[in-house]
Amino acid sequence: METMIILLVGVLVSTATYLLLSKNMIRIVLGTAILSHAIHLLLMTMGGLKQGSVPILGDQADTYTDALPQALILTAIVISFAVTAFFLVLVYRTYQTTGADNLYDLKGPHDE
Amino acid sequence: MNNILVFPMIVPILAAMLLLFFRSNRSIQRWGSVGAMAAVFLISMWILQQVMRRGILRLDFGEWLPPFGITFVADIFAVLLVTVSSLVTVLCLVYAAFVKDEKRESFFLYPFSLLLAAGVNGSFLTGDLFNLFVCFEVMLLASYALMTLGGEKKQLTEGIKYMLINILSSWLFLLGIAYLYGTLGTLNMAHLSLRIAEAGQPPLLTTISILFLVVFSLKAGLVLYFWLPGSYSALPAAISALFAALLTKVGVYALFRTFTLLFYHEPSFTHTIIGYMAAATMIGGSIGALAHRDVRKIASYNVVIAIGFILVGLASYNEAGIQGSIYYLIHDIVIKGLLFLLVGTIVHLTGKSRFDEESGLIANYPLFGWLFFIMILSLGGIPPFSGFAGKLFIGEGAIGAGHYGLTAVAFLSSLFVLYSLLRVFLIMFWGESTIMSKNQVPLPIGTLAPLLALGILTTVLGLGMDVLSPYISEAADVLMNPDLYIKGALQNN
Repeated sequence: METMIILLVGVLVSTATYLLLSKNMIRIVLGTAILSHAIHLLLMTMGGLKQGSVPILGDQADTYTDALPQALILTAIVISFAVTAFFLVLVYRTYQTTGADNLYDLKGPHDE
Repeated sequence: MNNILVFPMIVPILAAMLLLFFRSNRSIQRWGSVGAMAAVFLISMWILQQVMRRGILRLDFGEWLPPFGITFVADIFAVLLVTVSSLVTVLCLVYAAFVKDEKRESFFLYPFSLLLAAGVNGSFLTGDLFNLFVCFEVMLLASYALMTLGGEKKQLTEGIKYMLINILSSWLFLLGIAYLYGTLGTLNMAHLSLRIAEAGQPPLLTTISILFLVVFSLKAGLVLYFWLPGSYSALPAAISALFAALLTKVGVYALFRTFTLLFYHEPSFTHTIIGYMAAATMIGGSIGALAHRDVRKIASYNVVIAIGFILVGLASYNEAGIQGSIYYLIHDIVIKGLLFLLVGTIVHLTGKSRFDEESGLIANYPLFGWLFFIMILSLGGIPPFSGFAGKLFIGEGAIGAGHYGLTAVAFLSSLFVLYSLLRVFLIMFWGESTIMSKNQVPLPIGTLAPLLALGILTTVLGLGMDVLSPYISEAADVLMNPDLYIKGALQNN
């Protein structure tokens, strides 16, 4: 199971890399979003998948699920949500101000 | 009792939230934020005394004992940085309050600055790697907003690059955390240090350490500084001073923490790499500082050179080197704040940013001109000012560790720092005055006051080395002996 998820993470990362390398800014934003999904999956996998138990370590428990990765992912999801929202607004505002929706048009002549 | 440790982070956050309700009342915005940061400064001074007297302090949130809960751990190194950065933030905010950039002020300049300070202080104090990530993000989100506040074309285009780079480096940070959690099963820094020491840092962990090196180098601008000059030079004075004084320093702090507390078992590999990276940073920064004519770019490349210089101390990894780095880190927070405020003021006064388009400023603004000169001397490490002690100890440390080439590069880079800014001083401040006294843009005493305060601070820090030295040696002691930190961070008292 872990191997499958790791492969999925790999697929997501390669998709995201492809999107990040494109010129179009919306694609770049989508790339960062996919990138964050990949890392959330990886965090979850690192804690071990499917122990088939509750996240409580009692006196009689012989197996339990690690609850920490879930907490980490939850925090990371909230953060990446906020960052993606801000990034989208920034890209839209840049489009409004400069009329450019791809990075090459933004380059412009440098003053030096 | 240790609840006081959360104040440097929570006070700015609460103040920022309160200020959101007073959007139209500018004077509450201005002086409320200054007051909040001044309170943080006083609190951190008090914490500093406490830590000095009682040893490392720790706060377990929600009574969850370490290594299970999130903790704030205050050792001298962290608290020193919190104190200095809060003080510099106060002065930058005072400057902003007198410049009265009303367009930005009405779009929450002060709340964002406070949130930035909260993230910075949190990063210094936290004892948990994931919490460090969260505090980084608090700081970065505020910095994204400050970066693009005002919506000028240059800010937006630089803002996109800045944001993308930081999203990527945060991603790599999470990747490192995931690997570390997968291999060691903990994220409390002291506990991590214990487990790494038990395992003897096998090659797998060294590989993960390189991942962290890349992450924090991106944040600090070590070798990977390509994003820095463009974005810092697109900002107005007060914000760029905040960025230059605080943001890269948090990356440097994280590098010090990781490579003295966690991954210190293979210095011949990791610390040697840091040494090469520091040399490359100083060389690249020097070239950049000489190549540009825009004073803001020159100032930005000076940030880069200083980062390389501080990390020479970490690369030597001995008592003297680490002490020198701490001295220099404190000095650099103060002096980079001053440098960027001065440069921003020049641009504000003359409307020009190229140094060959203006001359004779010292005739128009004598006090301002001399302040610029003092700043150059301090930045170059000339004795009575604060840069000297750091340079001395870093040099001693690097020679002690046998890094002769690195020492040579470090001190040559200081000459380039001196040259790049003296050139600005000679051309812009000396010579025939081009501004008639009736056309002169007034420089109100209010804007000059924070600059003067920073100038006095760098002098006092230089002259008062004796007062500072017990703190520095204590801080270096904790960094060099991870056991002390682990004892303070894990032991139940």
